[in-house]
Amino acid sequence: MTSEFAVEMRDVVKRFITPEGSEMAAVDHVTMQIKNGEFFSMLGSSGCGKTTSLRMIAGFEWPTEGEVFIEGKPMGHTPPFQRKVNTVFQSYALFQHMSVFQNVAFGLEMEGAAKDEIEKRVKRALEMVQLTGMERRRPKQLSGGQQQRVALARALVKTPDVLLLDEPLGALDLKLRKEMQLELKALQQQLGITFIYVTHDQEEALTMSDRIAVMSKGKVQQMGTPVEIYERPSNKFVADFIGESNFIEGKIKSLSGNEACVFVPSLNAELIGMPISDGLVKGEEVTVCIRPEKIHIAEKNAVNQNMFRATVTNTVYIGVDTKVFVDAHGAKLKVWEQNRISRLDPKSFYTVGQEIWLMLMPENTLVLKKD
Amino acid sequence: MLQRLRENKSTQGTLLALPTTVWLFILLIIPLFLTLVISFGKRSPDGNVIYTFTLNNYIRLSGYTTDCPDGQATCFDPLYLQILGRSLSLAFNTTALVIIMAYPLAYFIARAHPKQRNMFLFMVLIPLWTNFVIRVYAWMMLLRKEGAINIIIGWIANFLHIPFQPFEMLYTPGAVLVGMVYEFLPFMILPIFTSLEKIDTSLYEAAADLGANSIKTFLRVTLPLSMPGVVAGTILVFIPVMGTFIVSDILGGRQVILVGNLIQRQFLDARDPTFGSAASLILMIMTLIVTYFYTRKFGFGEEIVAA
Repeated sequence: MTSEFAVEMRDVVKRFITPEGSEMAAVDHVTMQIKNGEFFSMLGSSGCGKTTSLRMIAGFEWPTEGEVFIEGKPMGHTPPFQRKVNTVFQSYALFQHMSVFQNVAFGLEMEGAAKDEIEKRVKRALEMVQLTGMERRRPKQLSGGQQQRVALARALVKTPDVLLLDEPLGALDLKLRKEMQLELKALQQQLGITFIYVTHDQEEALTMSDRIAVMSKGKVQQMGTPVEIYERPSNKFVADFIGESNFIEGKIKSLSGNEACVFVPSLNAELIGMPISDGLVKGEEVTVCIRPEKIHIAEKNAVNQNMFRATVTNTVYIGVDTKVFVDAHGAKLKVWEQNRISRLDPKSFYTVGQEIWLMLMPENTLVLKKD
Repeated sequence: MLQRLRENKSTQGTLLALPTTVWLFILLIIPLFLTLVISFGKRSPDGNVIYTFTLNNYIRLSGYTTDCPDGQATCFDPLYLQILGRSLSLAFNTTALVIIMAYPLAYFIARAHPKQRNMFLFMVLIPLWTNFVIRVYAWMMLLRKEGAINIIIGWIANFLHIPFQPFEMLYTPGAVLVGMVYEFLPFMILPIFTSLEKIDTSLYEAAADLGANSIKTFLRVTLPLSMPGVVAGTILVFIPVMGTFIVSDILGGRQVILVGNLIQRQFLDARDPTFGSAASLILMIMTLIVTYFYTRKFGFGEEIVAA
């Protein structure tokens, strides 16, 4: 390994001509550094540029501007078959006219490997994905999950430095997907290969990744560990896209050190001791962001600070949690309460119209620049 | 009555198959049976059929004849066997040439931008709007001694000061081959195009990703996956080429006689339907044999048919 980074995208732009004839930047000045042995995810909704980024790393597309580096080497217009990366396609892209064995052996034959070596390595790869005994089947004769494993074995048998996965679990049902998530993660740790994983499923990204790049409109919105992304979203988009958030509009009334006092007109109250990020000044319009599960509900005002009166407008029981929707002086907020106790007694739920108190803990809130 | 029909699946099936069965009977079974009966008959002096049972027509086809020049009882004339052999080899050559020409074209169209693709397909189909015979006549205008090709070559030769004798192209086996290839090219392009177009582009990417360059991708992925199209096209080309007579009639003159011409002349010129029927059946059997072995090896191009 010659470089600290398995893959690096340096200020990469990819423009396409739309059918209407105008130009569109699918990837807009993206810079990413993906470390060796990392499980890195690109997360975003469709059209955010994640798949295009992956395809540029694979070599199916070339950047309009900027450069992709693999193991420190600039890739330029290097074709896919000369890159030490392999791809697991969303559609699996298995060769239907070949058996499972032939599919997996294809990449090794292209390298010109000897026959007995091919046999040995294919066997090992199929063992790795638990498909021993399926060698002679055709892809059509396999279930979706098994086809997925063939695609994985076909890529891994080449022992790439980097494995690129383009929504590989998208076509599987939920239960199988969850199993495969853990299996993929275990496989990645066991092999020590860098995985770059494209998904629109945030839970999937949070479950498997060492680091995540949240993308939108061709730009990286935030890059960080799952905890960082969830607990400290760097802007309103990320806070809204990953999990759910309450947003309360306010204005910085005063600053002291890293803490701010934010006046919230809709609550007609002040939030005291709010942690702030750099660059915010007194008088600035801000968005206070808090996760629904991080708001506490109290029957009465105990601390007097950062507490507000609210009316319950609806409750929804979803098994793990009970979702409580409240109205605080016109601000509509959502609060998730974990069902730590049995909810068999109907009296354990808040009733619609009930007056309650909400408590916002400063360490659970984020003050973001209003955008 | 209706109630009972609703419950009886097998009666339903019979009824649904009835129209097809009737058509097949009227259009295929009866004519074939008549042909078979007539082929065992004898020609009356005024060109009618005398219904009897004789193998004379078949014996005549195999080359033995009682109509000998120097008074022998029987003698051997390979004329008809030559015609059969010529037809067979021409059908093989035409099919092979058509594949060689159609594949790159179909590949090009399948890989073209979707907007242009429709235009190219349209261009492939346009000739089929004109009558078959007229298009063959057009080739006659091109190929004959005073035809367009000879004129153009003549101009070039004149310009380069090379002495030039117009080529004798018309009424040669080559002319018939050119005409056949021209006529049947679209029937090969379309099925190959269909099978190429169906190949998911991610398969090409997967092959490249696994280390295959474009030549290896073509040989290992594209070609095998487009074989159903080639097979279907071969069947669509080979069978009609075996039986056609117009191309050889117009471009081959009296020089290149095929089974098709033989049969046509028996019915229209020689007025011997019994011999014509026998030749028709032999042609059909020959075509069936070739098609049988071909489809046993390659299938019918099912994936195309299914699509």
